[in-house]
Amino acid sequence: MQTPASFDYERATSVEGAIASLARLGPEARVIAGGHSLLPMMKLRLAQPEHLIDINDLEAELSYIRDEGGEIAIGALTRHVDLLKSELLAQHFPVFRDAEEVIADPVVRNRGTIGGSLCQADPAEDLSAVCTAVKAKAVIRGTDGQRVVPMDEFHVAPYMTAVNDGELLTEIRLPLFPGAGSAHEKVERRAGDWAIAAASAAVWVDRSTIHDVGIGLSAVGLTTVHLKRAEELLRGKPPSEELFQQAGQVASEDCSPMADGRGPVDYKRHLAGVLTKRALSRATARALKQEA
Amino acid sequence: MEVSININGQQVSRDVEPRMLLVHFIRETPGLTGTHWGCDTSNCGACVVLMDGKPVKSCTTLAVMCEGHEIRTVESLEVDGRLDPIQQGFHEMHALQCGFCTPGMLMTTRALLDENPNPTEEEIRTAISGGICRCTGYKNIVAAVKWAAEHESAGVRQEV
Repeated sequence: MQTPASFDYERATSVEGAIASLARLGPEARVIAGGHSLLPMMKLRLAQPEHLIDINDLEAELSYIRDEGGEIAIGALTRHVDLLKSELLAQHFPVFRDAEEVIADPVVRNRGTIGGSLCQADPAEDLSAVCTAVKAKAVIRGTDGQRVVPMDEFHVAPYMTAVNDGELLTEIRLPLFPGAGSAHEKVERRAGDWAIAAASAAVWVDRSTIHDVGIGLSAVGLTTVHLKRAEELLRGKPPSEELFQQAGQVASEDCSPMADGRGPVDYKRHLAGVLTKRALSRATARALKQEA
Repeated sequence: MEVSININGQQVSRDVEPRMLLVHFIRETPGLTGTHWGCDTSNCGACVVLMDGKPVKSCTTLAVMCEGHEIRTVESLEVDGRLDPIQQGFHEMHALQCGFCTPGMLMTTRALLDENPNPTEEEIRTAISGGICRCTGYKNIVAAVKWAAEHESAGVRQEV
């Protein structure tokens, strides 16, 4: 029987209260939301927090997807099912719907949250790549106020983020610029599994050139891989399949996968390249409203 | 700590350790062993129950997290000796052999039909993708859900 080690449990009744508890309890406290990453880790004793602070009652404060003019704001407690079904998100960043359709399974998606996924910081986790591609920023709140952190600084190491003891991830912000298109491509062994490799791409097209681009890869590095060199290659050029092929080549070179039960290194590098190319093609077709 | 959970309309209270999983609370306290405890890793879906009408995996939910929520288990499907159409569908279409995955499949597909009374085959297959059946396969389960959808609209509830 798998049972977590003993811990004390408390239910937060406000974001402020949750942060106060986190600050008081220090490094032995963890936040629980959906629990679908944390509880399996606790059962395996890979995580052994002494205190759990349950934030599920904070939906009024932390569960939302809204257009704030210039950016989309997503509350950290927003569940995968709500990300999947959001028309607002599908309209501006269809990459979220692509990813959510292949994250775990519908039952898990009823509980798991975007904040939990990002804070788990599993290198194979899809939303971290999505957020990297769309240039998301994380709002982290502590007792002394809040700070806004870009995704590159959010992921510190495998399973480690910029969220410190006594702090809570409260919101994800997605900047809105014209001409956007985005897509997520994933290869998995079976429905609901972690990615063998996955690529998220966002492009912003202006007068037939790629004005800006973001690409993130899952499961092919120690953390989410931000493909900065491939982005440099694409910026300012007219989109074409040849160009995306080159970007895919760069993706294969710039990722650092490890061999495991999901496949050897050369296969994962190959996948990273192919999926990057496909994600760029689909993102661009969406930006140009040419998707088949 | 004392926890009180509404299970199938009954308030069930017990002093538990916070680490107790919902699946064990359901099976031990009211003794409702219809909810099966399977893989324990949120992969197999045998432990699915409804929480406020939505399917969740009770092996990956703490009992203490459920206070104030309504839990519905497989035992709630049959009412006054009449099977739920989804149960009848599983019977008619031979959608189980060993029956281990069945409680989870029944609750998952009950929630599907509550939300979407006429699902397509693809929608059914997506809905049950969080459940694993190792003996019957999925073909008859899909057929059972279709049977239930067709007969539910006719208001059929057969006596056991």
